[in-house]
Amino acid sequence: MTAVYQPSYQPWDETHGAEIIAEHAKQEGATLVILHALQEAFGYVPEAAIPMVAQALNLSRAEVHGVFTFYHDFRHKPAGRHVLKLCRAEACQAAGGDALAARAESKLGVSLGSTTADDRVTLEPIYCLGLCSTAPSAMLDGRLVGRLDEKRLDALVAEAQR
Amino acid sequence: MTLKIFIPRDATAIAVGADEVVAAFEQIAEKRGLPIEIVRTGSRGLHWLEPMVEMATPKGRVAYGPMSSVDVASVLESMASNGPHALRLGIADEIPWLKRQTRLTFARCGVIDPHSLEDYRAHGGYKGLERALSLGSDAILAEVTASGLRGRGGAGFPTGIKWKTVAQAKADRKFIVCNADEGDSGTFADRMIMEGDPFLVIEGMTIAGITVGATKGYIYIRSEYPHAVAAMNAAIVAARRGGYLGDKIGGSTTSFDMDVRVGAGAYVCGEETSLLESLEGRRGLVRAKPPLPAHHGLFGKPTVINNVLSFAAIPFILAEGAKAYADFGMGRSRGTMPIQLAGNIRRGGLFETAFGVTLGELVDDIGGGTFTGRPVRAVQVGGPLGAYFPRALFDTPFDYEAFAARDGLIGHGGIVVFDDSVDMRKQARFAMEFCAVESCGKCTPCRIGSTRGVETIEKIINGERVAENLALVEDLCNTMKFGSLCALGGFTPYPVLSALKHFREDFVPAPTTLQAAE
Repeated sequence: MTAVYQPSYQPWDETHGAEIIAEHAKQEGATLVILHALQEAFGYVPEAAIPMVAQALNLSRAEVHGVFTFYHDFRHKPAGRHVLKLCRAEACQAAGGDALAARAESKLGVSLGSTTADDRVTLEPIYCLGLCSTAPSAMLDGRLVGRLDEKRLDALVAEAQR
Repeated sequence: MTLKIFIPRDATAIAVGADEVVAAFEQIAEKRGLPIEIVRTGSRGLHWLEPMVEMATPKGRVAYGPMSSVDVASVLESMASNGPHALRLGIADEIPWLKRQTRLTFARCGVIDPHSLEDYRAHGGYKGLERALSLGSDAILAEVTASGLRGRGGAGFPTGIKWKTVAQAKADRKFIVCNADEGDSGTFADRMIMEGDPFLVIEGMTIAGITVGATKGYIYIRSEYPHAVAAMNAAIVAARRGGYLGDKIGGSTTSFDMDVRVGAGAYVCGEETSLLESLEGRRGLVRAKPPLPAHHGLFGKPTVINNVLSFAAIPFILAEGAKAYADFGMGRSRGTMPIQLAGNIRRGGLFETAFGVTLGELVDDIGGGTFTGRPVRAVQVGGPLGAYFPRALFDTPFDYEAFAARDGLIGHGGIVVFDDSVDMRKQARFAMEFCAVESCGKCTPCRIGSTRGVETIEKIINGERVAENLALVEDLCNTMKFGSLCALGGFTPYPVLSALKHFREDFVPAPTTLQAAE
């Protein structure tokens, strides 16, 4: 069960990074696999890792940088201590997600896509968790929450701010 | 006597408290010295009743829901004594919402333990593969074609023709790719099957492999589905252990193996060629077609790329025969569609039924209207690239051609219900905004058109030169529809134009008539 939820991250370490890259480099089309593995370990994809990935896969740094920047998931710097994702797609909109997102922004003092000044909480939009029939939906540090209402949202925000 | 209790581990169930319910059952049962066995299953798909818990009895499985941890003590009491309870729903299979469905694909979802190969086989699993191994490629192709199965991802392309093209291609390697990048809002059928009946998907892909001569498969799952990723990985390991993946599958001389690959948050990677680019480790840019993936697909090799539900339909077709599948449906839409009821809806969930049921029946009768209790105003069918339909179009039957005839689409079968608090200007702007955010960037009509679309709709919302800007939006939509490389730019006009057509009053308020003083 807990394997699904957010682990704690380690600080960037070149040797560790090289090990991760080497572990996956032989797979065909390995770039995304490696970027995911790096982010899983460090919480983001360190700039220093990009040329290492390029080297290992015989790609240009520009190409790896291009892949890294294309996908929404990959971070160039660590997120806050907690990551609260609120679904902003149609089914959650239909169930009142807009108002809850505004409430979260107001309570945290940041807009969607930003991190609080004290680095505690990153508030992000997500487009569909596949929980569309128990909308509105959210994810706090990898933990899914459905049937969101003001009370549940306030509880999530409080938990994230701890 | 040990109570056997089934509690879903499906993401929807977990999101509404299933894990807490499990913990409470374990705690309270231990305290009372009641022997219980808990089996984690997929979800039955009656999502308004989740967490829905079932107990095995000689008469069948008795269901309780929607449960929370505070209900567990009294429910355990009811279970142990087989007595009444406010949350007791009766025999699960007899619940009308479930009973009236035609579950050909979802037969085992919510019933079996998705981690158990034995459970899968005991419920008819791998019968399809067995028959396929005895038939050979040509006969399998004939069955798939005769079934009338069309790609369930949304394009609705005849599956038999796709597979035949790959079977006939000559190459040193071929691939089976499963598109599990179910990014459409309002859809969760793929997720449910991956979490609730993962061996079904593996079996379908394996049958595809032996049909076309591919020995390697990939299932590309969105990163937003962590539970599905875990479930598929576990099932693959179990299938390998059980001899159903690897060399000499199911005792034959054929080999087939597969791996999970995880997406990284890009909606466009649900488009087949963008997905292939992503699998190859690249930016998810859309490829021009021709060449088709069937000829030049993953790593340039002939590739069968199909949606989860397409593969999931295959084992039944092989096990029971094409006619058993094709007997359901209407027109050129044969078989069943796992329809997903979502959004502002009273009874949301998974409703698998033959093509032909009307939109109104789905929304009003089966879905029970909105959960707010307010009138239904708009229904978006087919995901973010689908049209918004008003009540006036509720007689449209669920059929590929019938929806297309009314400038709509079925897509992946998701239905999102909105009540009368919806502002269709916001929905139209969101359609453009979403396209702009998710555009792969390759073609101008999508990349630039969506951005200009947001700006122009914003002007309409602010009351700036409304008539002129409405005409501009329609013209822009025309360009996007015919000039885009793929459905992301190409179909964004569907929600926008349908909003303008069926809900014009939101964009152009009715003029106030001045009454004469007398």
